[in-house]
Amino acid sequence: MAVLVSGESRVLFQGITGRAGTFFAEQAMAYGTRVVAGVNPGKGGTRHLHVPVFDRVGDAVEATGADVAAVFVPPARAADAMLEAIRAKVPLVVCVTEGVPVLDMVRVRAALQGSRTRLVGPNSPGIIVPGECKVGIMPAVIHTRGRVGIISRSGTLAYEMVAQTTAAGLGQSTVIGVGADPVHGIGFVDCLELMLADPETEGVVLVGEIGGVEEEQAAAYLATVRPSKPVVGVVAGRSAPPGRRMGHAGAIIDGGVGSADAKLDALREAGVIVPDSPATVGVTIARALSGRP
Amino acid sequence: MNIHEYQAKGLLQGYGVPVPDGGVAYTPEEARRVAERLGGSGFAVKAQILAGARGPAGGVRLVEDADAVGACAAQMLGSRLETMQTGGEAPEVSRVYVERAEIPARETYLGAVVDRVSARVTLLGSAEGGSRIEESHADTAVQTLAVDPSRGLVSEEAAALARAMGIEAALEGAAVRTMGAVYDAFVALDASLIELNPLAVTRDGRLLALDAKMSFDDNALFRQRRIADLRDQEAPGTQERARHGYNYIKLDGNIGCLVNGAGLAMATMDMLRLAGGRPANFLDVPPAASREQMIAAFRTVLSDADVAAVLVNIVGGGVTRCDVAAEALASAVRAAGRALPMVVRFEGTNRDVARGALRDLGVSFEAADSLGRAVDRVVALAGQA
Repeated sequence: MAVLVSGESRVLFQGITGRAGTFFAEQAMAYGTRVVAGVNPGKGGTRHLHVPVFDRVGDAVEATGADVAAVFVPPARAADAMLEAIRAKVPLVVCVTEGVPVLDMVRVRAALQGSRTRLVGPNSPGIIVPGECKVGIMPAVIHTRGRVGIISRSGTLAYEMVAQTTAAGLGQSTVIGVGADPVHGIGFVDCLELMLADPETEGVVLVGEIGGVEEEQAAAYLATVRPSKPVVGVVAGRSAPPGRRMGHAGAIIDGGVGSADAKLDALREAGVIVPDSPATVGVTIARALSGRP
Repeated sequence: MNIHEYQAKGLLQGYGVPVPDGGVAYTPEEARRVAERLGGSGFAVKAQILAGARGPAGGVRLVEDADAVGACAAQMLGSRLETMQTGGEAPEVSRVYVERAEIPARETYLGAVVDRVSARVTLLGSAEGGSRIEESHADTAVQTLAVDPSRGLVSEEAAALARAMGIEAALEGAAVRTMGAVYDAFVALDASLIELNPLAVTRDGRLLALDAKMSFDDNALFRQRRIADLRDQEAPGTQERARHGYNYIKLDGNIGCLVNGAGLAMATMDMLRLAGGRPANFLDVPPAASREQMIAAFRTVLSDADVAAVLVNIVGGGVTRCDVAAEALASAVRAAGRALPMVVRFEGTNRDVARGALRDLGVSFEAADSLGRAVDRVVALAGQA
């Protein structure tokens, strides 16, 4: 069992003939991911990395039964690529692209509403089920298959937590980078629901950072469900310098929340284990899991 | 990216937001001439800096005639202005905006942002505008209106927001038009923030935006040439980021930090502080950084005279390879010409190759195999320095 993707997933790469698309599709294949198709308008009918390339996502889905779309398309066209995958009813879309305009994501989120698609990202390292399926840009070498689910807003900080849980001998069941952009697809609460329901995931590491309200939402959710699985939380940015502000709208819309300490307090109150330092997440979750039968 | 009040008012006026007549001035003489052109008596002289809360800090003054405008501009120009929103800095005032003084009978607040939760452009309205909302937004009643992108701003909903802002029936139409203008400008210009504070009702019954702030989505500047052209007037640090593709903030400590990824960079700083150390900077080298950008970023940190010890924390992944980072680091160290104690932690793609490469390139450093140990070591080294 795993979350969102598995060795059975049939993955298509949008932008497969581009530099990044080629590089990461090749890596995914080498990892064992079932890459079944590529999409690039104008390149339909050709083959790239031994898989068929299509002009449109819909055609690729029809011909190959792809059920995951990995978007490796530059920022200016990434939203259109996501919208096309949503229209083609691809169940899971993973967008790693960094730098997608926020108002483009407003359109994408509107299209996701009532659709059959879940979106991971953009500006996300992607999703990996170690040993089975890698859809993203994370360094495969640090992962080992195991017991901990990791959910992160930050890419490199997720890798840090992967390295720590690997070093602690626990390994990972699934690692999801929800993306660092203010407007993105699935969030902490969606991922927590999935991981708490996944029998292979015995504990969860939640990796947050300052800004936004996802940690607070996760805390509210966890306070309601009170899961039996341990959840360890870290929030980066406790010592971040106060930035120069323009006006008040950002603070108003977030309801005056968003500081690292406020987020950590909310998580603690919801029963989340908060280690003293982000350096000790691995040993903390190991300790929490060893206390279990 | 942020722009100045006078630039924001110029842009918003083009979409139909009512603003007072005014003009920008770089010298006291220009300021005097703007006042003469506007005519009459009663002017506002406003320091143009890229932050708010200028009024309480003395950055906005009301004067009677053109000579007083010139004298006031002479005081402001070249001075430094620190406000509640400048983050501890005091940016220099290089230009002032001179406007016809308008006396508000009442001050309301109108803002627009993208709300992360609903993922919609959201208008914010309050009956309490001006400095009251500046001082404490927490206990001010703010009404929100999330706009469905497929329908656009609905007039009836805008009218309800106007009523919640306490705007009288006679001005409701004007308020709805102003909201429409704000929404149109927001979407057309890829704004990330628009704020009219105050949106005033004048004594003679007009609706007028006495102040305006605009920020823009950096990720959309590729399709907003006109906005991108205004970037020249931005703070030097921001230009650096635009030119080199990395994010550097100078702090008051003595441990230089070379980290890739914003989240990991913040967590590394947090750990340094918890271990009793003081970071000299925040540096995020983004995943897409080229070798040249990495060298430039590393050099910026190494050339900071306050730095007594350096922590390198690079996690290879995506297109970032530890060995490429190691080569960039070696170049930066050679160029800096300073032998600083350095703790290096590589993880992820090509971790082991990178360590060997760094040694072969003649850089002396302590290797650490976990971030926790790296942090403890660099704090000790910085303490000895």
